[in-house]
Amino acid sequence: VTTTNLTIDNVAAGDRLPELQHDVTATTVVLGALASRDDRPMHHDRDFAQKRNGVQDIFLNTPNQAAWFERYLTDWSGPKGRLGRITFRMTGPVFPGDTMVLSGAVTEAWVDDVGCAWAKLDIELTVSGVVKTRASASIALPVGPDDNPWGRKGDRWRP
Amino acid sequence: MTQDETESQASATAGGDELPADVLALIGVRQYEEEAEFPVERGYIWTTCATAENGNPLFWDDDAASEITDGPIAPPTMLSVWLRAHHWAPGREAGSQLPLRIHFDLKEQLDLPEAIMTEDVLVFHEPVRPGDRLKSSQILKSISDPKTTRLGTGRFWVIDVEYKNQRDELVGIDTLTGFGYRRDAK
Repeated sequence: VTTTNLTIDNVAAGDRLPELQHDVTATTVVLGALASRDDRPMHHDRDFAQKRNGVQDIFLNTPNQAAWFERYLTDWSGPKGRLGRITFRMTGPVFPGDTMVLSGAVTEAWVDDVGCAWAKLDIELTVSGVVKTRASASIALPVGPDDNPWGRKGDRWRP
Repeated sequence: MTQDETESQASATAGGDELPADVLALIGVRQYEEEAEFPVERGYIWTTCATAENGNPLFWDDDAASEITDGPIAPPTMLSVWLRAHHWAPGREAGSQLPLRIHFDLKEQLDLPEAIMTEDVLVFHEPVRPGDRLKSSQILKSISDPKTTRLGTGRFWVIDVEYKNQRDELVGIDTLTGFGYRRDAK
């Protein structure tokens, strides 16, 4: 876990984030569904997932995947990193027994018109090399050690 | 109108290019304004962080949260969690409260029995804090012409879910793209 804060001057397009690997279990799926108050049966009932969804097992829900992506981004940025926008495209389910790997790279780094520094990243969640979810995120980073994106409000925050 | 006539009309609608006038009239209209059934609370925040093994000190260390975010906040990506209805409550059946009601309305109105979500864009504004009571509303932004994908034939639709806090400050917008479809005959 990173508790130091990345500043924008240390970030450039092409930077790669360290990979994060996690072995998904039924507990990962069910606890994630419970934490996000998602009671739909395909996230806790294997019979339902197989018979109604035609898939092999229960699978990670979207809010839980979002939680994993957020953790991945802020492990890299430190706590002053403030997520502004994230886009997901789900292409395949993630099941218990899968080892999911999150990887990502910076595609842009810039300072906007109101002085807020941003990094844009492309992130992938893969299982055995197959992409299951693609995400694109913009995260605000401090411009220097005294800056804090969380202090921005109103017109000074343009995600 | 008989049931057969209703089914026939719905089927023609889903297969044709024209959308029914009552569905078209809903584009851009704010619907389903709802208030959260419970305040934002730290139990769910900690469970979410435990699930994703998220050690961000903003969620575990009150001194860090005080210094950086002026007190505890919720992980931004938990936006939808706070408007999820209880699975059961007095006076209603278990599991009867559907999230994203416009999505289910469109499936029914356009007679498209299957649906998936294809894209989700979350944009975050004011931080969400323990004790906040959020409210949400849904706006149908667009519906596509009929499309055929490997899943079947149907339409894509885009729905904005807007979240505000008890002070009417915007805390986030969740833009979801759904594809409602009918499996093509083999």
